[in-house]
Amino acid sequence: MPVLVVEDLHVSVGREPILRGVNLALNPGRVHALMGPNGSGKSTLALSLAGGPGYEVTRGRASLDEEELLSLPPFERARKGLFLAFQYPPEIEGVSLREFLRLACAERGQGFCEFHKSYPQAISQLRMEAFDGRELNVGFSGGEKKRSELLQLYLLKPKVALLDEPDSGVDVDALRLIAGAIRALAESGAAVLIITHYPRILEHVPLSDVFVLDGGRIVEHGGPELAHRIGEQGFEVVRG
Amino acid sequence: MTTQRTPRTLTREFVEALSVEKGEPAWMRAHRERCFAMFEKAPLPRFGPNLSELDFSDLSYYARPVDPVKRWEDLPDELRRTFNALRLPEAEQKALAGLGAQVDSEVVYRSLLDEVRAQGVIFASMDTAVREHPWIRDYFMKAIPAEDNKFAALHGAVWSGGTFIWVPPGVEVSVPLQAYYRMQTEAVGQFEHTLIVAEPGSSVHYIEGCSAPRFARSALHSGMVEIFAKDGAKVRFTTVQNWSKNVYNLNNKRALAHAGATVDWVSGSLGSKVTMLYPTTVLLGPGARTENLSFTFSQDGMWLDSGARALHRAPDTTSRLVSRSVVQGSGRSVFRGTVHVFPHAKGSKAHVECSTLLLTPDAKTETIPILNAETDDVELGHEATVGRVSQDQLFYLMSRGLSQAQAMSLIVNGFVSPILKEIPLEYSIELKGLLEMSFEKAIG
Repeated sequence: MPVLVVEDLHVSVGREPILRGVNLALNPGRVHALMGPNGSGKSTLALSLAGGPGYEVTRGRASLDEEELLSLPPFERARKGLFLAFQYPPEIEGVSLREFLRLACAERGQGFCEFHKSYPQAISQLRMEAFDGRELNVGFSGGEKKRSELLQLYLLKPKVALLDEPDSGVDVDALRLIAGAIRALAESGAAVLIITHYPRILEHVPLSDVFVLDGGRIVEHGGPELAHRIGEQGFEVVRG
Repeated sequence: MTTQRTPRTLTREFVEALSVEKGEPAWMRAHRERCFAMFEKAPLPRFGPNLSELDFSDLSYYARPVDPVKRWEDLPDELRRTFNALRLPEAEQKALAGLGAQVDSEVVYRSLLDEVRAQGVIFASMDTAVREHPWIRDYFMKAIPAEDNKFAALHGAVWSGGTFIWVPPGVEVSVPLQAYYRMQTEAVGQFEHTLIVAEPGSSVHYIEGCSAPRFARSALHSGMVEIFAKDGAKVRFTTVQNWSKNVYNLNNKRALAHAGATVDWVSGSLGSKVTMLYPTTVLLGPGARTENLSFTFSQDGMWLDSGARALHRAPDTTSRLVSRSVVQGSGRSVFRGTVHVFPHAKGSKAHVECSTLLLTPDAKTETIPILNAETDDVELGHEATVGRVSQDQLFYLMSRGLSQAQAMSLIVNGFVSPILKEIPLEYSIELKGLLEMSFEKAIG
């Protein structure tokens, strides 16, 4: 039974149609990939589902646990268990990473004591000791931002995690760390969607489904072998 | 003044009667009368907010709604509940060397730790101090003369209550002293006088907090703070102001810093209808330093006109003026940062930094830096920024489950954190709470 279902989703940005009828379902405990060339609408899909400003849904539906999602403000979608790891997380000065996460975890129903156990655990598991005490994303390198997103994902324990290019700009060690966290997340029962251009990260995770987005539509849906084919031959393989 | 309230228009007779009632020495009575004459002649300030709605003929210039007590329990119920809600008794137990509380014109409660008293520190109500220590005459309104402006003159004529602190040479008061000012009567004027004399090599941190319930008619708060930091002394003065939106908050604050002395002003302003406040440090001796850290939050209908001044009158003196202003709704914030380096103040350094965060399209802000140096041998720095809360930041925080109000208050808290972290914890927690509440209200 899928946890997130997207049906015939049309989204415009500044009156320009970007998504033209996306259909997609994500299953709990599974890792899915969304691939596609530049400008195909991958980030738009993720941001629309999370409720980003400026993304206008003109048609279609999306539901989380059979509850309608698209009419809710972003924070209610998050509270229902949706998480988007941003491709470009903004810097927020003067806000400590820890304080921010404490607030966010409280909204997900985690008490003060629970947080004070889980936070140091997550920090050490993701080898992020150097991040503790820093301001949220301020002065983080590209790779550090990805790990900060991962830390948030880890602590907030979402039902559905949309990861927008978690692999861009990270070194091979960080890539393994990220892949490990994605595996653990899926094992805990979450549905994961990895948005990427490259099949590299997909070799490190137990992949079940691959969706290919092109021109605002899902043009192909297959198993892990689809990612391999794209890796070898490029997106031409899915174009008619 | 056996009556609890006074006639609503200020007269010379009232000023005399006030002095007689307080049992003051002749010099103070003469001082009040001189100030009253100046007040009558002086014009309103020629800059800043519109004060034409401030009605000098509709104010209680003296009010004593409650009698002083020795124990918190003896205060009237309503006031006790207010002070409990402000957690004053708790702070007194946990974090303070001494505490005073003033309601309208008179101090109603005061305490000082025995060990601090044993160090020779004086922490008294200003009224008592004027009667008991004749030498105060050499300091009282010597940093800010009545000629300075209309409100200095008014203050000199009708001042009542406030705090006197004397720290003996070399004595370091390790825990802060605090006073809390409450305006409890409608259309009252509160004119407390705070005088701090820190003898050579001493140090002290003083905190004042202010609040009032909201009334329909305007109230006036016009306090005065004078600080004398002698050679090598360190004085830190923290103010957290949350006056209600019917209060005109027009204050004078000035410090004289002698050789090697340090004076730091830290302030958080969240309330009032109109504020005019420009704490000034005169760097009188070589090597004197001052910092002025201020944060203001102007909401709908408020005009917070604040600033900081550093006058470098000696060589090798240092000043750093930093402000963070947040403006919401039809609020307005003005920051006037003034640095003046006199010709002989060679080797001095001054830095002015003002940043503003606008939360709404109609919010208004202005920063007016004035940096004058009469010598070339000086380092002057100035930065000013104005920004808006970005939609990307808001969305990011909301995508983690924070409501819009929570996200907004987190961003604002982050913006003011360079100042907030300088404010003692119990106040900074209260300030964060107040910020969040105001966003919940604004966003709904």
